[in-house]
Amino acid sequence: MVPLSYYLLLSGVLFACGVMGFLIKRNIITIFMSIELMLNGVNLSFVAFAAHWHQLAGQVFVFFVMVVAAAEAAVGLAIIIAIYRTRETLNVDQVNLLKL
Amino acid sequence: MTSNLSLWLIPILPLAGAAINGLLGKKSSRTAVSVVGLFFSGAAFAWALTVAFRFPSLDVPHQEYLAHWIRSGNFSVDFAFYLDQLSLVMLLVVTGVGFLIHIYSVGYMWDDPGYYRFFSYLNLFMFFMLTLVLANNYLLMFIGWEGVGLASYLLIGFWFTKDSAASAGKKAFIVNRIGDFGFLIGLFLIIQHFHSLNFSEVFEQVKTHAPETAGAGLLTAIGILLMVGACGKSAQIPLYVWLPDAMEGPTPVSALIHAATMVTAGVYMVSRSHVIFERAPSALTVVAVIGTLTALFAATIGIAQTDIKKVLAYSTVSQLGYMFLACGVGAFSAGIFHLMTHAFFKGLLFLAAGSVIHAVGGEQDMRRMGGLKAYIPITFATMFIATLAIAGIPPLAGFWSKDEILWKAYQANWVYWLIGVVTAFITSFYMFRLMFMTFWGDYYGIHVDQHGKSHAAHGHGEHGHGEPHESPAVMLVPLVILALLSLVGGFVGYRNAFEHFLDPVFGAGAVEAGQAAGSATEHMLMGVSIAAAVLGWILAYVLYVSKPYLPQKIAASLGSFYDAVVNKYYVDEIYAKLFVKPLVDGSTAILWQGVDRRVIDDTVNNAAHGARHVSDEVRQMESGNLRSYASWIAAGAAVVIAYMIWQGMGQ
Repeated sequence: MVPLSYYLLLSGVLFACGVMGFLIKRNIITIFMSIELMLNGVNLSFVAFAAHWHQLAGQVFVFFVMVVAAAEAAVGLAIIIAIYRTRETLNVDQVNLLKL
Repeated sequence: MTSNLSLWLIPILPLAGAAINGLLGKKSSRTAVSVVGLFFSGAAFAWALTVAFRFPSLDVPHQEYLAHWIRSGNFSVDFAFYLDQLSLVMLLVVTGVGFLIHIYSVGYMWDDPGYYRFFSYLNLFMFFMLTLVLANNYLLMFIGWEGVGLASYLLIGFWFTKDSAASAGKKAFIVNRIGDFGFLIGLFLIIQHFHSLNFSEVFEQVKTHAPETAGAGLLTAIGILLMVGACGKSAQIPLYVWLPDAMEGPTPVSALIHAATMVTAGVYMVSRSHVIFERAPSALTVVAVIGTLTALFAATIGIAQTDIKKVLAYSTVSQLGYMFLACGVGAFSAGIFHLMTHAFFKGLLFLAAGSVIHAVGGEQDMRRMGGLKAYIPITFATMFIATLAIAGIPPLAGFWSKDEILWKAYQANWVYWLIGVVTAFITSFYMFRLMFMTFWGDYYGIHVDQHGKSHAAHGHGEHGHGEPHESPAVMLVPLVILALLSLVGGFVGYRNAFEHFLDPVFGAGAVEAGQAAGSATEHMLMGVSIAAAVLGWILAYVLYVSKPYLPQKIAASLGSFYDAVVNKYYVDEIYAKLFVKPLVDGSTAILWQGVDRRVIDDTVNNAAHGARHVSDEVRQMESGNLRSYASWIAAGAAVVIAYMIWQGMGQ
């Protein structure tokens, strides 16, 4: 059986990748995917703990996270399309109308 | 018998006048201001007279409670009034003379742009003075005491655009503060040991103390501290220096506040506390010595002054010295008697001097007057009466009271008497010098006027040209009334009637003892003091009328001593060197540049600079860049996680 720490390590690596992608990338779709990556990194640790402690609560959480992530993906993608239609770009640094 | 006299009305009436004139006076006509000012001070006088008429049927001391003020544990101070023979005399003097001076001011101040302000202040002064006189405890008295100081400050600096007037007001206020400091410490001692400030309660407890004949004790300390307060208010050595400068104020103010009433508050306070002083012989000696020295000292300065009001100012200081001499030898009623007659004749002298100044167009230097008796006969006549009175020529008011004091002083110690008589001689001399310089000889005023008009600041500049002229009737009537009082006011002391009236306050012992000592001596001493007065008169006549070249010769032969007298013994300069300069320098170097700028200002400024500096750095974080915020969040989270891990490893 794979030890818990391996899962956690993988989860941490996934989360860190998400953070780095969020910070470094300029393309809004990549940023969006980085957020998804962070969510799934966390999901992985949830299910790993659930399996380790033999408790269902962790898996239930993951379902909720997935539902919310799906909803968020729908709304987020809609916003991205709207932005692309008006601004003709996906670079976040150029979407700065509200900045001073 | 409990009858209610509504004593509170007496001080409140002038306060109402002050409020009305102070708040609405600017927009009202001069007539309206005069009516308000005169009505309320007159009403106070009328009510005081009513009180006086009902006085014989009263239980004395009569106390009236108005409202409670401080209740702390078993210590309490109330707004309550105390009426006995002493406060009745003061009440009548203050309201009566005050009312006359109000009338006079209508004429004197009519052309002044600050007319309404003047009457407002004058009424305010009456309010505080009456509070002082009527209070039934030391604290309420202190309120009045400080209040008259305030009114005095406002009125000395009445022409505040004139630098000398503004600084004279400040000087008076500050010198008075020094005295008040002593007064306050005295009050604290009273509270500490007697747990009350009520006159009746304090004196009841003091009466159980034995006189502190051997050595000094609590009562001596209290007495001396109270005397320090009295020195400030009543311009005694060493705190007399403010009074001559106070002559910068309008002349009616000099008459009312700096001659007739406020400056006598110290005498009143010492007399009111006679129970304490009688049990502290050393304190009484201090009072007597200060009084005697002041009387002589101020009188000698008065000889060489050329400003008509300055002569009268030093004369006031000197006469106040007489009153303290009387208190110091235990003759409180003689002191109060002199206080009353002095209010009449010194008030009159100042008012008449004001009338003279008015007549010659604001000139105050006697060397530029002369020969005025033909121009202003009524002023001359009244002022002559006042001069006779202050010089102690019988049977005018001053003779009776001064003689009473000298007689009591002789019984205590002949040295007091001797200095008193010498002072009486000097008083007579400088007063007749003033009269001769002002009213005899030729008028020098017009000649000077052509050279340059240096007196416009006085507010009478428009009268500066032409012949001296008599003042309007509204100014002359108070003069005449006060002249009558100066003529006959002394007779209330005939056969010690005045002393007997005050007996219930001060105890009957002193008067009777005086009678027993034999009237032959008394008559002889009386003769000596009359002779002194007449000698002063003759000397002044010789020097200033028949041989006017002599004074300069004498002055020249006296040399530096004469210079010292002219320069008031350099007391102001000495004080400036000894006290004022070190204080100013110390305040500048240590308190201002050191504490205020280095410590307080720099602390505040550096705190502000530091905050700004830190903010400048920190504000770099707020870039508005979403990604940098995210990195901060990530970094923060990383720090928290690292900390948690570190904690976990510790276990």
